[in-house]
Amino acid sequence: MEDINFEELKTNGIKINYYYVCKRKLWLFDRKISMELSDRMILGQIVHQESYKRDKPKEVLIDNLISIDIVDNLNIREVKLSDKMALADKMQILYYLYYLKKLGINKKGIINYPRLRKREFLELTEKDEKEIEKTLIEINKILKSEKPPPVINSPICKKCSYFEFCYA
Amino acid sequence: MARRFYINSNGRIRRKENTLYFEREIDGEIEKKALPINDIDSIYIFGEININTKALNFLAQNDIPLHIFNYYGYYSGSFLPRKKNVSGSLIVEQVKHHIDNQKRQYLAISFIEGAVYHILRNLRKNGINKDDYQDIEKELFPKIFKTKTPEELMAIEGNIRDKYYQLFNKIIENENFYIEKRDKRPPSNPINALISFGNTLMYNTVLTEIYRTQLEPTISYLHSPQEKRFSLSLDLAEIFKPFIVDPIIFSLINNQVISLNDFDTDLNYAYLNEEGRKKFLKAYEEKLAKTIKHRKLKRKVSYKQLIRLECYKLIKHFIEDEDYKPFKAWW
Ligand code: SF4
Repeated sequence: MEDINFEELKTNGIKINYYYVCKRKLWLFDRKISMELSDRMILGQIVHQESYKRDKPKEVLIDNLISIDIVDNLNIREVKLSDKMALADKMQILYYLYYLKKLGINKKGIINYPRLRKREFLELTEKDEKEIEKTLIEINKILKSEKPPPVINSPICKKCSYFEFCYA
Repeated sequence: MARRFYINSNGRIRRKENTLYFEREIDGEIEKKALPINDIDSIYIFGEININTKALNFLAQNDIPLHIFNYYGYYSGSFLPRKKNVSGSLIVEQVKHHIDNQKRQYLAISFIEGAVYHILRNLRKNGINKDDYQDIEKELFPKIFKTKTPEELMAIEGNIRDKYYQLFNKIIENENFYIEKRDKRPPSNPINALISFGNTLMYNTVLTEIYRTQLEPTISYLHSPQEKRFSLSLDLAEIFKPFIVDPIIFSLINNQVISLNDFDTDLNYAYLNEEGRKKFLKAYEEKLAKTIKHRKLKRKVSYKQLIRLECYKLIKHFIEDEDYKPFKAWW
């Protein structure tokens, strides 16, 4: 896996996140087949907005594609409601770090879990970069497919906003 | 759970800050009732109502459709907030399923299959002798699967429906409500008035559900999209009319909840009056709120949610995820 065509494969953070949560969710989301906001998601947004108020980071939108909270010279951050999807959340912020690096900017990442009073610190490693590139290629393949990937039948389905859709 | 609000009296809907109020005058006093915005699924207006754009904007923000009926409970139109759930790629798929004759027929047949299943279920549950509906079950029903065009299908469906309505007279225990023939526009007697009113409600309930998904309500399969209505709603309503509306009619009549007094005498009993409408709406609301344990979801779902699930199944059909099979009450 030499150089990937980043310009062609780049995508937004939520898709990287969904890739690690459920590939079907990724596909449906990409086709704009979304569900009404569930209470949980609304709560997530509120938590996000509230923690904004406290220590106003700067939100920058890059290429109309990814929106990043810049905390200071060194760090970017994401705010998450729970750590149930820790891997997906971690990959999402690593992807932002990767994206910035492509633009010649080197940063470190923080995931804030205000409700758990917990923070996680992240740095982009070479291994992470390889993983992200592999993921970008995979995402591209999935989204090109005519049909959605199958239902995953996982315990996470029960809390997913697509639950009724997938199991109807 | 969000519910439908039915407004039968005259008055005004007003927004004050983040609350919606319904105000009406009673003996010179203004009575004010707050409508809890988060609990409203949709609003049905039968009275004479004043509403301004501030209130409409508020409804739009909260994705709440407003359905308007005239004095006789006849549907006039809807205020549908701008659809936020749109999916261009899904509309493309919906169109593909319309212009391909075979694909279109598959769906058209499925809707009628769902309808006839519930028609037969009603007959069975109401103790009608099997011999009396043999012809529906054994002759006409199997024929729908061989039809090649929606017109052919509609013709058989019309036949089934005629026979079905004849059997209404064996279910109904009050001869004031016997059916002679089914007249739609305008309805000509009490039983036709009940059927028309119930079907109109069903159409609007289905429309509200479709509206909450990415489905495009004007692209339909059984009904022609040339209809001057949201014809996908007519398609899906076929399945739910005999499942939800007809049993309400039987029970309202047979339990003597509704009598001729609930109809407008001046108009030959062809329309429900306000009292009658309220009784019907109450029964309708109770029916939609009824729940059943869903076999696949393994959760309790309301009858109203079953309509939403049907929309999801259609979407899954369009995106080639899972072939659509019509809902059939399994209990
Ligand atoms: S319900 Fe399960 S299969 Fe469906 S999108 Fe959610 S996680 Fe994926």
